[in-house]
Amino acid sequence: MAILEVSNLSLSFGGLSVLSDIGFSVEKNQIYTLIGPNGAGKTSILNCIAGFYKPQEGRITLKGQDISRLSPDRRAALGLARTFQNIALFRGMTVLDNIKLGAHIHLKTGVLSALVYWGRAHREEMALRRQVEEDVIDFLEIEPIRRMSVGSLAYGLQKRVELARALAMNPDVLLMDEPVSGMNVEETEDMARFILDIKEERDITIVLIEHDMNVVMDISDHVVAINFGRKITEGSPQEVAEHPDVIKAYLGEKKG
Amino acid sequence: MRIGDFKETYAADEAVFRTPTVRFWVGVLLVFLTLFPFFASDYLLYMANLTGIALVAALGLNILTGSAGQISLGHSALIGVGAYTSAILSTRLGLPFLVCLPLSGATAAVCGLIIGAPSLRMKGLYLCIATLAAQMIFDFLFNHWTSLTNGINGINISAANLFGWELKTEFDFYFITLAVAVLGVTMTRNLFRTKVGRAFIAIRDRDISAELMGINLFRYKLYAFAVSSFYAGVSGCLWVYFIKSVTPEYFSLHESIRYLAMIIIGGLGSVLGTIFGAMFMTFVPELLQAVLSSLKETYPMAMNYLFPLQTVVFGFLIVLFLVLEPHGLVRLWHRVKDYFRLWPFEH
Amino acid sequence: MDIFLQLMVSGIAVGGVYALIALGFVLIYKATNIINFATGEFMMIGAYLLYTLLVMVECPVVPAFLLVMSGATLLGFLVERAILRHMLGQPAISIVMVTIGLAYFLTGLAEVIWSPDYKFFPAIFPRKPIHLGFAIVRANMFYGFVVAMVMVVVFSLLFKFAKVGVAMRATANDQMAAYSMGINVRRMFTLAWGFGAIAAALGGVIIGNIGGIRPDLGKIGLKIFPVVILGGLDSIAGAVLGGFIVGILENLAGGYLDPYFGGGIKDLAPFVALVLILMVKPYGLFGKKEIERL
Repeated sequence: MAILEVSNLSLSFGGLSVLSDIGFSVEKNQIYTLIGPNGAGKTSILNCIAGFYKPQEGRITLKGQDISRLSPDRRAALGLARTFQNIALFRGMTVLDNIKLGAHIHLKTGVLSALVYWGRAHREEMALRRQVEEDVIDFLEIEPIRRMSVGSLAYGLQKRVELARALAMNPDVLLMDEPVSGMNVEETEDMARFILDIKEERDITIVLIEHDMNVVMDISDHVVAINFGRKITEGSPQEVAEHPDVIKAYLGEKKG
Repeated sequence: MRIGDFKETYAADEAVFRTPTVRFWVGVLLVFLTLFPFFASDYLLYMANLTGIALVAALGLNILTGSAGQISLGHSALIGVGAYTSAILSTRLGLPFLVCLPLSGATAAVCGLIIGAPSLRMKGLYLCIATLAAQMIFDFLFNHWTSLTNGINGINISAANLFGWELKTEFDFYFITLAVAVLGVTMTRNLFRTKVGRAFIAIRDRDISAELMGINLFRYKLYAFAVSSFYAGVSGCLWVYFIKSVTPEYFSLHESIRYLAMIIIGGLGSVLGTIFGAMFMTFVPELLQAVLSSLKETYPMAMNYLFPLQTVVFGFLIVLFLVLEPHGLVRLWHRVKDYFRLWPFEH
Repeated sequence: MDIFLQLMVSGIAVGGVYALIALGFVLIYKATNIINFATGEFMMIGAYLLYTLLVMVECPVVPAFLLVMSGATLLGFLVERAILRHMLGQPAISIVMVTIGLAYFLTGLAEVIWSPDYKFFPAIFPRKPIHLGFAIVRANMFYGFVVAMVMVVVFSLLFKFAKVGVAMRATANDQMAAYSMGINVRRMFTLAWGFGAIAAALGGVIIGNIGGIRPDLGKIGLKIFPVVILGGLDSIAGAVLGGFIVGILENLAGGYLDPYFGGGIKDLAPFVALVLILMVKPYGLFGKKEIERL
């Protein structure tokens, strides 16, 4: 059963057409990768799914429910999480607070309980801390940096914290925009391993944008190729890599 | 240097005061604050009261502007709402102080919501200017809705009565101010240990990401306005019972700006910074007055320049702080503390 | 009907001056994205400078004007170099507060230097009131309006067509790109502050000529906010239109409603209008909604 379905998605800004009739279906517990040259529209697709862009046409369905009209925070509450290409951590907070913020939708503390704190808010915060430490911080191996301000972290660690924050949301579907961009070989392998672990141990479905073909080929279950806002082809990583239109999009036409 | 500081439970790690040393010094501070009035002059008590009352309002503003990032130029209008509410409720309905206190907060919170709700569609500087407009409108109402507020003549009230204890002197009032201020500080600190406070900071830092994390921006911005206005209203109530009268000129744009200066010079988004800021902005004008008085022998005209020089110094200090130490006094405090903590090492 | 026309005419006359002062604000905002809360105070300093030159130094009118413009430019340059340049990259609230601090500083300084009493200009323009057939305009308002409009046109043309103006607009739009095109971005900022200060100072001269000068003349600067919000923070044409709207609105509101409320409506009306407009159009009548990229 498809956990996420996108159909007839079309998006334009002013006169500029960004996406045309994009449609695909993501099965539960898969790693689903979008590939394509820069400017193809891949991030725009994620933005539409997350609710940040409002497409002119199209429908998005999550777990069978039509979410096309819902605001981003409502979609997050339904189990959609996202990481960003350019890191979008909250610089005024520590790593720990950023991650705790991921769990926002699952917490029940209201303003009055928060002001009083002792009692319900305290209990919830302690349970949250335990959950975050055991499920996320341990898992992503970021214990040493938990009280550091995110602004002072190295790039690779920041990306990992962003992933941690998304995991704290306990999502059903995780959208990741170029998770290994800017990383060296070792960091890339670590991140790829984490992504696989997430898929296997946590029953999370992952929709991924990535340029690094090694990663794409290694971990994807299914690949969709996008160019100029249109879907070129989709299939298994092998099939897509050998498709002539994909080769043309990435490498250009053979001359002569 | 702090060594050997290991925590064995999550609760211990999450505590506000995390080492015995810190807890000790906080305890000492509280004892000092409680015993202070017994050996302080009336003048010092007056200053302490003013500082405490300003602190409560500043805490609210720092929640809204410092932590949640919504710049408000209308804070003193909301303090005024609280003050007038108390004055009207006590003179016309005879309600006692302890009832007026939360009601003033609540009325101010409602007004804060009224200002906030339409403003929240706007971003950044448009919101700021909308709050400016709100300040001007309230200013007008305070001055011209004479049937309610008595206009520029203001309203006089009698001293607060707390179950028979009449708060007539600086000494008496100090304890109430201290209690409310401590409560305010505690509640603010509590707020930022929970999802609500974190949501505020997220909205300030990157509201789009916050929304994608599931934070309903509109609702949380309204919370921020409501909470900060509540603090303002409570401060207004304290003010009116302290001065025992209320007139419109204390709730002007200038006062709103003064509160903004307080939290910026003290440190945005920091409770300790708010305390520093409130103390600084209350004592500096007095200091200036003292300096000018002492110059009276050499420059007999010095005192004539008190008001304009206050303005010059006010503006100058704001600019100076923002250029030199934009993170405020609290950052200076941390730097000094770090220096001594690490001494004789550099890092 | 006569009262209505009279109020309209006064409104247009003062609106023209507001437009000029708003221009001072918009020029700075367009080039540097900074909201200058001290626009009113620049205006006030301009008025005091002219007063000092005309009355205390007894300088003839035309050179005095030129000196005021130079003085204003100098003020703008100083503010930009000494203060704003250090604020690059700071959050919006810090920059807002810095200009507010500057406003207070200048107000206090003016009171120390020139005392808090009202000061009046000697007659710069002919004194006879102008009869427009359906209304009478005070001479200094009429000539003030003319001067303001001339300056608005000059500045608009400058910004639109002169190389410097285009460069400033480019800088406002995208600093990085401007740098790569060889535009000296720092100099653009300084120039923007210079021009902004000149526009505000001239506005101040005109207003001072109408009603006299006091150190808190700068408070009129607050009224510029409804003007620029109505017109959109970065639109020159909007500033002009906004100026007229506010001028007419406050005169009509003041004229008709003040008697019921015992005064104060004139100053309040633009702000009420501001709130109403912002509720419907959060970016002002002409402002552009920013598209944010993720």
